[in-house]
Amino acid sequence: MRSRSRIAASWSNGRTRLDCIRSCAPIHLRDTPDGVYLVGGAAGPLGGDDLLLEIEVESGATLVVRSAAASLALPGTGGASTVVINTRVAAGACLYWLPEPLIACLGCNHRILIRAVVEAGATVVWRDELILGRRGEMPGGVSNRIDVTLAGRPLIRNELRVGPGAPGWDGPAVAGKAAAIGSLIVISPELAHEPAPPVRLGPTAGILPLQGPAALATAAAADGRELRAVLETAQHLLAG
Amino acid sequence: MGSMNLLLLADGRFPAGGHAHSGGMETAVATGGVSDLASLHAFLIGRLATAGLAAAGLAAAACTTKHPWDALDAESDARIPSPALREVSRRQGRLLLRAARALWPGSVLDDLGAACGGTPAGARPSVHLVGPHHPVAMGAAAAAAGLEPLDAARAAVFNAVTGPASAAVRLLGLDPLAVHRLLAEMAPDMDDSAHCAAAGSGGPLDALPCPGSILLDLYAQRHALAEGRLFAS
Repeated sequence: MRSRSRIAASWSNGRTRLDCIRSCAPIHLRDTPDGVYLVGGAAGPLGGDDLLLEIEVESGATLVVRSAAASLALPGTGGASTVVINTRVAAGACLYWLPEPLIACLGCNHRILIRAVVEAGATVVWRDELILGRRGEMPGGVSNRIDVTLAGRPLIRNELRVGPGAPGWDGPAVAGKAAAIGSLIVISPELAHEPAPPVRLGPTAGILPLQGPAALATAAAADGRELRAVLETAQHLLAG
Repeated sequence: MGSMNLLLLADGRFPAGGHAHSGGMETAVATGGVSDLASLHAFLIGRLATAGLAAAGLAAAACTTKHPWDALDAESDARIPSPALREVSRRQGRLLLRAARALWPGSVLDDLGAACGGTPAGARPSVHLVGPHHPVAMGAAAAAAGLEPLDAARAAVFNAVTGPASAAVRLLGLDPLAVHRLLAEMAPDMDDSAHCAAAGSGGPLDALPCPGSILLDLYAQRHALAEGRLFAS
């Protein structure tokens, strides 16, 4: 399945306006008072799927993106599945990306590429959660690459790979015995005035201040619930 | 002169202080993640595929001397989310640059030194001085020594794997022969990683590998605050 979806938000007449909300199956976008919800219209992502989501937030606007439920990366007949998210956040705009986790099911072969171009003075809160297989199941292959440039300079480039084909991913250098891994990136002008402190959030979780007004919370957790708790603590500490 | 200089550059006795770093091994041992040969092997495989590959990509790109130093510096920062590791990388880079300038003086290393506020060749760097990231210094040193980007990638990969391996021998009292046999078994994978890293060295910097490793980042943060450490990182 090939899909191209887009959300564009701007600020006009004292409030955030959605200039564009274009859904393309299997991604359905619903505007709600609580944010724009991604509603899975079909199973997947399945092998062979090629999904693109574009997000633009203009100056002054605040966009919150959530999802109704966890998504399942499943194997399919068409080879790898790919999700590309291209986002641009203007100065003075806020983007909160807070979807439910992705579950890497046995045999999946899934790639996620996130490219965020962020202007100086923008606020971004970006959460990624990956559950490593359903209960008692080994995960398939997932690679999750995030590239953020802030004010024209690379802020973070990080690709996490798990499953068969990712050497050593479940060893003591990468994710250990975790059943859920995730991260929360916070970019905020306030972190320029008061840089984020490096905080330990548990034996295998912590906040890593980045080179710039930003921080990465990273965690290898025993399950999805523990992961969410750690990332919510990090969000509270970094973004109030 | 090529291959002999590669041996000099990659040697653990190269006077750049590499032996003082365990590459996360000290914390991995302290937290029980590495306790024997099997867990050491798993650690080294993961480190090669993440920190090793990222360092090799940057070193190979630096060795081409086609990319601006400040762009390589920013790309290095973006690939090292742990502030403790960024500091370790700059500290090691500063020492490597200093040693390399003594061995292979010339414009490549002078340029890099000037770009990161370095001292004149041979002078003792101040502790507070900002240095180049270690892989960037490695690549520049390789170029100054007349080596190719693939050699720089090999040196970076070799460092990334053998450093923690010899630290494990000291920390756990493992049989050095058994540990070196592991390294010999990993040699083909190390070569593959170096080739993979060097393949993109002349292309755009954003396309260089950026594999992350959650635990190595967290080990480094923890180690920076630990007391009674044997290794600097």
